[in-house]
Amino acid sequence: MAKGKSNTATLKQRDHKTISKLVQLADDVARKALAGREPKLDIPTRTKSNTLWNKKRGILEMGSATAERELFNLNQAKQFMQTMLHASTIKDLVEAGKTASLRGVFYKAKHTVAGTRENTFDTQDESDPILEDLEVALGSLREELHIFAENRGAMVGNITVVDKGDEIDCRRMGSGGYAMPSIVEPDVIQFKKCEAKFVLHVEKGTVWNRFNEDRFWEKNNCVLTHGSGQPPRGCRRLLQRLNQELGLPIICLLDCDPWGHYIYSVIKQGSISLAFESTRLAIPEARFLGIRAKDYKECGLPEAVKIDLTENDVKRAKEILAYPWFEDNRAWQKEIQGLLNNGFKMEVESLIAKDISYVTEEYVPQRLKAKDWLD
Amino acid sequence: MNAVVEAPVAEPKVETKVVKKREAARATAETMAARQRDISVSEFFAKNRHLLGFDNPRKALLTTVKEAVDNSLDACEEAGILPDITVVLEDLQPDRPASAKSSRYRVTVVDNGPGIVRKQVEHIFGRLLYGSKFHRLKMSRGQQGIGISAAGMYGLITTGKPMAIYTRPDARKPAHHIELAINTKTNRAEVTQDRETKEFPPARLRELSASTRRLAAEGTLLSAESHPTGTSVSIELDGKYQRGRGSVDEFLELTAIANPHARIAFVRPTRTTDEEEDTPLLKPRPAAPSPADAGPAAEPAPAAPAVTEDLGDLVVFPRAVNELPPETKEIQPHPKGIELGILLQMLKEAELEKPGGSLYHFLQEKFCRVSPASASGFCEKIGVTSRTKVADIDHAMAERLFKELQDSKLPPPPTDCLAPIGVQQMLKGMFKGVRAEFYAASSREAAIYRGRPFLIETAIAFGGELPADEPSRVIRFANRVPLLFQQSACSSFKAVTETNWRNYDLQHPRGALPIGPLVIMLHMASVWVPFTSESKEAIADYDEIRKEMKLALMECGRKLGTYLRKRLRMKRESERRDIFERYIGEITQAIHAINNTDAKKLYEALQAQAKKRTAIADLQLDEEGKALRDEDPADQEGVIIVETGAVSPAATPIEPAPTRAGGVRLKPDEGPALLDLEPQTRRAGARKARSGGRPSSKAGASPARPRADLSDIPGGKPTKAEAAALSVNAAQRSEEVPSKPVKPRLRLDPKTGKLAPADDGPRLF
Repeated sequence: MAKGKSNTATLKQRDHKTISKLVQLADDVARKALAGREPKLDIPTRTKSNTLWNKKRGILEMGSATAERELFNLNQAKQFMQTMLHASTIKDLVEAGKTASLRGVFYKAKHTVAGTRENTFDTQDESDPILEDLEVALGSLREELHIFAENRGAMVGNITVVDKGDEIDCRRMGSGGYAMPSIVEPDVIQFKKCEAKFVLHVEKGTVWNRFNEDRFWEKNNCVLTHGSGQPPRGCRRLLQRLNQELGLPIICLLDCDPWGHYIYSVIKQGSISLAFESTRLAIPEARFLGIRAKDYKECGLPEAVKIDLTENDVKRAKEILAYPWFEDNRAWQKEIQGLLNNGFKMEVESLIAKDISYVTEEYVPQRLKAKDWLD
Repeated sequence: MNAVVEAPVAEPKVETKVVKKREAARATAETMAARQRDISVSEFFAKNRHLLGFDNPRKALLTTVKEAVDNSLDACEEAGILPDITVVLEDLQPDRPASAKSSRYRVTVVDNGPGIVRKQVEHIFGRLLYGSKFHRLKMSRGQQGIGISAAGMYGLITTGKPMAIYTRPDARKPAHHIELAINTKTNRAEVTQDRETKEFPPARLRELSASTRRLAAEGTLLSAESHPTGTSVSIELDGKYQRGRGSVDEFLELTAIANPHARIAFVRPTRTTDEEEDTPLLKPRPAAPSPADAGPAAEPAPAAPAVTEDLGDLVVFPRAVNELPPETKEIQPHPKGIELGILLQMLKEAELEKPGGSLYHFLQEKFCRVSPASASGFCEKIGVTSRTKVADIDHAMAERLFKELQDSKLPPPPTDCLAPIGVQQMLKGMFKGVRAEFYAASSREAAIYRGRPFLIETAIAFGGELPADEPSRVIRFANRVPLLFQQSACSSFKAVTETNWRNYDLQHPRGALPIGPLVIMLHMASVWVPFTSESKEAIADYDEIRKEMKLALMECGRKLGTYLRKRLRMKRESERRDIFERYIGEITQAIHAINNTDAKKLYEALQAQAKKRTAIADLQLDEEGKALRDEDPADQEGVIIVETGAVSPAATPIEPAPTRAGGVRLKPDEGPALLDLEPQTRRAGARKARSGGRPSSKAGASPARPRADLSDIPGGKPTKAEAAALSVNAAQRSEEVPSKPVKPRLRLDPKTGKLAPADDGPRLF
């Protein structure tokens, strides 16, 4: 604490704002308590019902509904306490000018409740949503709260970035690529030099390895990224900045299954749980290159690549089919219907069945040339 | 074979042989007549002693004690004397090998009853089927007049020793000392010793052990002053003393519960049979304050409520109420309670008694509830006039009369012939003998079976030190006599298993006894208790009886249910408060860290809100249900609640705890209130503090706080998370909705899990 206070002088403008928001939150609770009123927090709800589809902007936005979090409610008492604990933890972080991972914050706030054997938090799964609650309640972004997630996803390509002052040439990243950090705001990462004409985002590291090994980004002059499945915030934010600031089209190569379609949907419109950040994360211009339901026939794939749709997949596909942002998109209706008609799904790797480099040398270049993608 | 069939004549010898054999083996009517003679009842029972409860040495010992104690209690009550009974068991072969299956004991039972006039002694003790109780319909313990003389006979058979009787029927005259043996052939006593003595009660009995000497010196054991009249019976017999179920100990324990007006002292034998399975209702008090230690200054315990005192070699069941049970009246049989043969017998006897008497008068005099109008009605119906003589009634007419009597609409027999133990008395008896936390009792109105009035009473004791996970214990009584055997054959057992205890928040496997820390007492009072056998061990299963038993049990069960639900609510409320309080410390610290708010003030403010809100929240919750009225279970009639500071592990003695009832909150030092209660007070409760509990050790229970950042926040308050249990919706008041058995939740010691109140939770009673 003492150390944190000595740092206060050097705090950035943004951090002052965060701290004053936290103090405000605490003041409000204390004021109510001392006045004999019930302490409550207003937490904007992060549910589907409170998510609005902004058709004009092509992104999901959070509605205005909030839920009260009460101390004197058996179901909410613990969460109330957890929220206050995290608020206090965050204030320490911001004042000290340090950042902590989600797991780090969990451990910092985790202890035994005085006089009991009960933990303040039992698992990180309890802690993470509380932090998101605080983000929306304070209206602060995660990086403003000095919290980051695990690094996930990688990038290579004809681009040079500056990360915390270090120049990173993404052309010379070997086989592993540049690990995309969790916080990629302009004050951390700046784009220095970019020759690439587009970004190819693939679903997983394994596929990304194939493209990197075949030097696809060199031959096609692009940036190659992956997000380890569902892309984390850092990855999505970086893609969004590449799109917004450098004007690079984002082309996605994802599996032909509901999960792949959902990843595309999140990249394009934003997610329900992070709807409040859609303006920073969603890329309405993102395009879906493949794998397409028609590819089984078009590419002449062997029988062995089929993976049967499970009951759950069918249910999920129908949900996606009904999303308002897919509802009046005829191409997408056709695509998802095609998946359901096929009755099987296909992974990007299935193209390897044809030839080891078929996907990098024929499939993607041909489709790009033909502009055969879904929007 | 074929040869015989084909040539029967050829072998006539065979035939004659057969005839001769038959003559030798078979008796003629004459020879049989020569052997036919009276079987003495004494002889019969000497051979069939199991019918009277002398099946084995252990039971023989018990039966002997039981018969003597029953007789003593009956005699005292009839004479209007508060019974003071001393039972002494002496082991006469203390040096026997450990392998011995039985030993020789001398059973002595001394009472302060009216004594027995000298000339009756032989009859009472020396003849079977001689008694005052068989011929009348009156509520009493003994019925057939078999008991004590059968015990004497058993002793005689097994040891050859006569019974020794000391009796003083007149306080101003010396006592008689008589020794007699029963002659099994003649069913008459043979007196071997007959003298007068000034020594009553026998002084020898005061010198048996250190405890007897001490109590005798204090004047509380067998003093001459307390026995101006009385009787002492000693029987030597082959027996076995072993504690546990069906023991002398249990019998006396239960007798004391059902007879709170009696004081019973029990001197145990010096040596017991090795294998002991002990299941006393009342565990020996761990730190029983010995009266000797208390010194002479200690008052002879008038202040403390009567609680059984176990000194090891001597147990004293004190008197808990000072009123005798109401005197019972003898009644004539009710017409509906007799059989044809009995009617014929009665007609014959009436003719002998009063030759020439009329049927009209016979009906009115020999039966109860037959008015002049109904008597003439009966005469008319069988076609005779009211002047028809008893002698003129033939068999066919008697049969018609019998039928008319059975079909008639006569009022039920009077019930003033029954003496219930009484709600207050049962509560005091249970309180004395069972260490529980909740006691309830109820007494039904009299009812009728087979034309005989009877009355059912029940009491229950719950919680406290009773074992929580075992089937509950049923203690059964008939006319205040404990029934120790054949439980499952008894009507009362069936009544208990058929009652739906789940309605009262107890676990209850189908067709079995409810599970839980529960003792159920059932008492049947009747002028004639229908036993299933002569050894009087189980009540016969009449529908009317079982129905009354179930109704009585339900009454007690409802009281228990109210209490349990109330306790549940308390627990839930304290648990809610607990959860809030647990988090308030953390929240206060967090807020203090953020904006530097005065932590202590904030903590207190939140704490105050938590207190207020748990009360409010609870009320709201109840209203959601069926508008639960805030009723105090102690307001019910026939209930005692012992408030336990800490009933945690089953073995801890109950803290000196305030009890309260009838809406009055009493302080622990008002202990004697229970004894002072008017007998007629219908309000049950009274409170009392039990002495002898260990001092509470709450101090030091507070766990160290793991975080000590802010020492000024009292955030390390010890919580009851461990003891907190369950949240069953206790708002269900309706008897029809069966509540789930209470299951422990959270981290909870499975032992205390049941329903033990939280360690130091708020007391809301």
